[in-house]
Amino acid sequence: MTTQILIAGFGGQGVLFAGKVLSYKALMEGKELSWLPSYGPEMRGGTANCSVIVSDDPVGSPIVSKPDVLIAMNLPSLDKYEDAVNPGGIILVESTLIERKVKRSDVNVFYVPATRLANEMGAPTLANMVMVGKLIAECDALTHDNLEDALHKVVSAKHADLFEINLKAINTGYNYKA
Amino acid sequence: MAEKVLMKGNEAIAEAAIRAGCRHYFGYPITPQTELAAYMAKRMPKINGVFLQAESEIAAINMVYGVSGTGKRVMTSSSSPGISLKQEGISYIAGSDLPCLIVNVQRGGPGLGGIQPSQSDYFQATKGGGHGDYHLIVLTPDSVQEMADLTALAFDLSDKYRVPAMLLADGTLGQMMEPVALPEEHVNRVEKPWAVTGTEGKRKHNIINSLYLVPEQLEEKNLERYRRYKAIEENEARFESYMMDDAEYCIVAFGIAARVSKNAVVALRKEGIKAGLIRPITIWPFPKKVIAEAAEKVKAFVSVELSMGQMIEDVKLAEDCKKPVVLCNRVGGMIPTPDQVIETVKKIAGGNA
Repeated sequence: MTTQILIAGFGGQGVLFAGKVLSYKALMEGKELSWLPSYGPEMRGGTANCSVIVSDDPVGSPIVSKPDVLIAMNLPSLDKYEDAVNPGGIILVESTLIERKVKRSDVNVFYVPATRLANEMGAPTLANMVMVGKLIAECDALTHDNLEDALHKVVSAKHADLFEINLKAINTGYNYKA
Repeated sequence: MAEKVLMKGNEAIAEAAIRAGCRHYFGYPITPQTELAAYMAKRMPKINGVFLQAESEIAAINMVYGVSGTGKRVMTSSSSPGISLKQEGISYIAGSDLPCLIVNVQRGGPGLGGIQPSQSDYFQATKGGGHGDYHLIVLTPDSVQEMADLTALAFDLSDKYRVPAMLLADGTLGQMMEPVALPEEHVNRVEKPWAVTGTEGKRKHNIINSLYLVPEQLEEKNLERYRRYKAIEENEARFESYMMDDAEYCIVAFGIAARVSKNAVVALRKEGIKAGLIRPITIWPFPKKVIAEAAEKVKAFVSVELSMGQMIEDVKLAEDCKKPVVLCNRVGGMIPTPDQVIETVKKIAGGNA
């Protein structure tokens, strides 16, 4: 099985970091994977996206043009990529910031008010981790098992004090039901 | 095997170079290879190595020239416009028969171009770049793992033949992360009796130079160098064959274009079209023999490139006009999609698939 994931949002929303967490989770599960950021003159407030491919087989092209899973962290990202998602795929919508509904009826849609949930936790910058949790809950490509091990790889020793709150944010998303 | 870690391609090159015994890095920042220089800046001071951000690319390559003359493993890295600036120094290093590693993480050109991935420095890398009769050994990774593995190999081959080596990557491979098992520490210590290391009054001094004003001497230098190039062509051409056993349509692609092409081959096979891929891992020397052999069996070739069609010339030379060769490309920082490759092959296959 190969799952192509596209995470898109504003620069500063932690889109690339969310992709890293998923990548390490895949690595710890013994899967093949690739992580490819959009790079360039992007900055906080600009657009950023990140392609993650998780597979049982070696990954061919690392570029995701037809995602199986789209995490849309803002409206421009949903507008841009909604039509690209494979039929039967998943769209996770950050519903604090995106007010409209997904137009398509051939995809599974989950509305997650990640920014609000993160704010309620006192960690307004961790909406990305809430979405990671929801993705793990809804997508068969990755499991929740030994999540801590993967997170330890991504949260550096320097920021060890942020480990628990990141884990909590992921679990909040994982357990979120609309 | 070593535990796999996630690294960007640019970082994997840097770590692999250190593990191959490189303790001297000279460079100047440019997107999309900057992580390589940044990694060196962080690591080199901790291992008694030298990281130096030169005042320009030209200065950096001449620092490489200097260190290489002492027999130490040394490298520089840049991206397309910066590599153009280095060409004079590269020609001097080649003319002085010195080993070194030059990394080009390509971006779109010509001129300042853009910062997105490209393969349009193929001619520059394989056909000269600087002045004079010379070649570089040019290796083309297609994964983060190969970014590491081919870096180690490049140092070894460069030392062995006293020919500068180039790792020709692109922005995608530089920026992407994949699991990589880093190569073990290895220093393939080739004797370097030519190195300028101080005579201690015990031997005649060595001279490193590319200036030969007596034409007979310069001719002999060139002829001797080409004898080494011939040995390299005979022994060091590398490639990967993918689903070529019964292939009727042979895609030729390297680097990121080969990754895209592999997806296309798998999809075409599902539709009953017998496609295969030959992926050059060295583009100088170009793997001519395997292409020539394929020309006896396949119906056509497709050269997939992020350029206006540069490698296609080497494909045509290698297959000797026996079969049609079609170009499938995007340029300017764009990357062909698997669908574009699939459509190109289908168009050639027509009703014959």
